[in-house]
Amino acid sequence: MIEGQLARCVASWFPGATGITGAARLSGGASQETWTFDVVHPDGNVGAILRRAPPGYGASPGRAAGLDAEATLMQLAHDAGLPSPRVMHVLRPEDGLGRGFIMQRIEGETIARKILRDEEFARARPILARQLGRVIAGVHGLPAAKLPKLREMSATKEIADLEREYRSFNWPRPVFELALRWLRQRDPGPSQEVTLVHGDFRHGNLIIGPDGVRAVLDWELAHFGDPMEDLGWICVNSWRFGEIDKPVGGFGTREELFAGYEEAGRKVDPDRVMFWEVMGTLRWGIMCCGMMQRFRQGPDHSMERAMIGRRSSETEIDLLRLLAPREG
Amino acid sequence: MQDEPTPTELIKAVADFLRNEIAPGIKGHNAFKLRVGINALDLVTRQLALAQGSDAAEAARLKQLLGADGPLIELNRALCEKIANGAVDLQTPGLSEHLWQTTMDKLAVDQPNYASYKRELGKK
Repeated sequence: MIEGQLARCVASWFPGATGITGAARLSGGASQETWTFDVVHPDGNVGAILRRAPPGYGASPGRAAGLDAEATLMQLAHDAGLPSPRVMHVLRPEDGLGRGFIMQRIEGETIARKILRDEEFARARPILARQLGRVIAGVHGLPAAKLPKLREMSATKEIADLEREYRSFNWPRPVFELALRWLRQRDPGPSQEVTLVHGDFRHGNLIIGPDGVRAVLDWELAHFGDPMEDLGWICVNSWRFGEIDKPVGGFGTREELFAGYEEAGRKVDPDRVMFWEVMGTLRWGIMCCGMMQRFRQGPDHSMERAMIGRRSSETEIDLLRLLAPREG
Repeated sequence: MQDEPTPTELIKAVADFLRNEIAPGIKGHNAFKLRVGINALDLVTRQLALAQGSDAAEAARLKQLLGADGPLIELNRALCEKIANGAVDLQTPGLSEHLWQTTMDKLAVDQPNYASYKRELGKK
């Protein structure tokens, strides 16, 4: 089983490690797995996370940056002093574990409802938006020369991708049509500045402690593009979990996010951020429809997938609130 | 004619049984899945109660907007085409009201607890 392979792998690069314990699968589909385990060491156990595509799953699907690129980005972020786990080991063929990497496990919470409601995070909530502004500015400022090869995206390409995917469902959604038209008409064109974009900077991919943000995870959707995309995505209402008057993740204001970003020496373009918020809202809506398609086509015939399909209407009301707000 | 009890009564009875008798004893990931399942049954109940009326009203609005008649899905396809090619937009009388009403009617079935929906219910 995986314990034996992991123990052999860890022994080959971790001096003094005598084994591993407590391996448990956390999440992921067939092509990508996340495991937690402890490296057993005389000086005390060390918490670790394995992120891998099992043997036989080589190529990364569609938009994914690939696990090698994810490892490089995480390590670069760590080296730049950003909240990011240290990468302990990049898997080699002789490890027999597939492709991927092993990183330091960082303790904290990723579940939005707990972060937004539990007393434990009461002191973190008021500081998070500004902190995350500084963090994402740091991500956008990572040294270009060291970055891995990634796809390059623009607003124009993103609109076309979303439209293609929406049309493939063959199910009419007038509100999505309105959003697509709005986006096409306001497409700001190529960004003057193209930087690394995290691509999925939101609840679920952020480890939060009582002291604030501890790690940025999941670089799977990293790409080059308009840095304002990340600022718009974290403002999408779907990540506010009911706290709709606090646009940044349900805990903060745009002004705080932008202030943190500018403190780190970067410039915010609020109109572009708003454009990407609309794009992001539509994107999540189309992703919900995609889940429903996969539910229908199988093999994952799960209720969760099916029910996520019924959440796309949430993005429709949020799009209308953005594009056709009502008085009152 | 099918006999009683109605589908709504049957689904409600099953959902209540799962919610009140089974859910308290289930832990972990299965508790989460059970909650999703109960939510699905509740959604179906709401749809059975509401969809007929909201679909009829939606079709009537679309007929008015498009000056055409047909099955609901075809009317929606026609509206989509007109929005995509700019033949109608938010300045077109009735379009914004139609999209709002249709979306509110979807949320009433899908997620009546969604915060944006609850906020908008307080408006006209």
